[in-house]
Amino acid sequence: MESRINERKFRRVSRRELLKLTPVLALGAFAIPKLQDRLLAAGLGFSDWASAELFRKGHLAPTFTDAELTPFEKFPINDYDVDDPGVDFQKWTLTVAGSVAKPGSYSLAQIQTLPKFRHNTRHICVEGWDVIGRFGGARLSDFLRMIGADLSARFVTVECADDYYESLDMATALHPQTLLCYEMYDQPLTREHGAPLRLQIPTKIGYKQAKYLTDLKVTNILQKVGYWEDQGYSGFYGL
Amino acid sequence: MREAVIEIESAKTGEVEPAVYEHPWPVRFCHWLNAMSLFVMVASGLQIFRAFPSFGAKIPQKDLLNWPKAFALGGWLGGGLQWHLSFMWIYIATGVFYVGYEIFSGNYRQVLFLPKDIRGVWPMARHYFFFGPKPALAEPYNPLQKLAYTSAIGLGVLSVLTGFAVWKPVQFSWLAWLMGGFHLARIWHFLVMWAILFFLFGHLIMVVLHGWNNFVSMLTGWKKNPDYAPH
Repeated sequence: MESRINERKFRRVSRRELLKLTPVLALGAFAIPKLQDRLLAAGLGFSDWASAELFRKGHLAPTFTDAELTPFEKFPINDYDVDDPGVDFQKWTLTVAGSVAKPGSYSLAQIQTLPKFRHNTRHICVEGWDVIGRFGGARLSDFLRMIGADLSARFVTVECADDYYESLDMATALHPQTLLCYEMYDQPLTREHGAPLRLQIPTKIGYKQAKYLTDLKVTNILQKVGYWEDQGYSGFYGL
Repeated sequence: MREAVIEIESAKTGEVEPAVYEHPWPVRFCHWLNAMSLFVMVASGLQIFRAFPSFGAKIPQKDLLNWPKAFALGGWLGGGLQWHLSFMWIYIATGVFYVGYEIFSGNYRQVLFLPKDIRGVWPMARHYFFFGPKPALAEPYNPLQKLAYTSAIGLGVLSVLTGFAVWKPVQFSWLAWLMGGFHLARIWHFLVMWAILFFLFGHLIMVVLHGWNNFVSMLTGWKKNPDYAPH
């Protein structure tokens, strides 16, 4: 194809070609302060939706040999407030409420009557570091059946002795590796690591694995998502 | 694909200038969309990196580098993640659309580096870096450019794959396994970013060296007075 056109026509053709790129400017909406928060919330929401879609209930997180474990003393202690909220172990119970047949207070001894599972899994912090730890406890799914939870409900929420709070989608709560954890490295959970009971979820990011549990609720409505989530972090954050 | 060639006739002098249609609009559209999302991905990625600027243990933590906050996007870790997890979809969609377009339109012939291009790489490198003679060119992209652009597309794919291994090391455990596990995947993701930035550095230098007509071709598609003999 070879043809001769004059300058004016070439400029017109060029301008038309340039205008075809204008949709790219739509990304500029992210630079508008009023729209930015909403657009980023929508983007994060889309990522969370995709995360939930990608979650496979039968797919297990990789497990590791004892030789690959991070030494216990090098397993970081992360909390937003205090290492030890001073839980009174003698009086401690887990208060269960919501869509359950048997609400009320459950002692650690009752939870420990459920089959104990142990695994070495990777703990990944949203900051980027990761460690491999050994955890033991009851499957949350077993406990949910023990309390007669409505397994078709959407969420399991927890409250903690240090006022931390979290929520889990039911699919993750029922995952076979999701533990109500009371042991680390085959020893009773220490106070800094969340004694007497914490969540341990190899398919979730670290901040979902709440420590020092005091309350557990089965519900369809989330009034709040989680301590960090409510400040702008991903609500689902499945690994 | 054959590039369309025209001659532009000046109204005043009657002189003619050749011009070639080098870049169809999907290529230009993806180029600029990608330029913006790549900027966001790098800047927000560095913000995320700032939360734990190390690839070693958490205890004891040895920081690799203290990346300045001024060259990061998001303000804090949560903000960096919001940008990163929002724009990754734009980044991926752009890449999928671009590669799909290149394949189905046949335009990939312009950019894809093939074994036959290997012997042309050294003469171009000698010309650029050691003041060698300029080889005769008949295509928009010389062999060295094809190598650079094909590598950049490959790096784009790797940035997504390593990113998915970091974001979803459980659901995509096979992907993380290929990269040596989550811990190494995070290092790969970081290195791929630097490789892309290295490409970008060379790319921008070349854009400056090749002047205005070349730059405009990525906006309008048309390149006036190309430095090669079009078909």
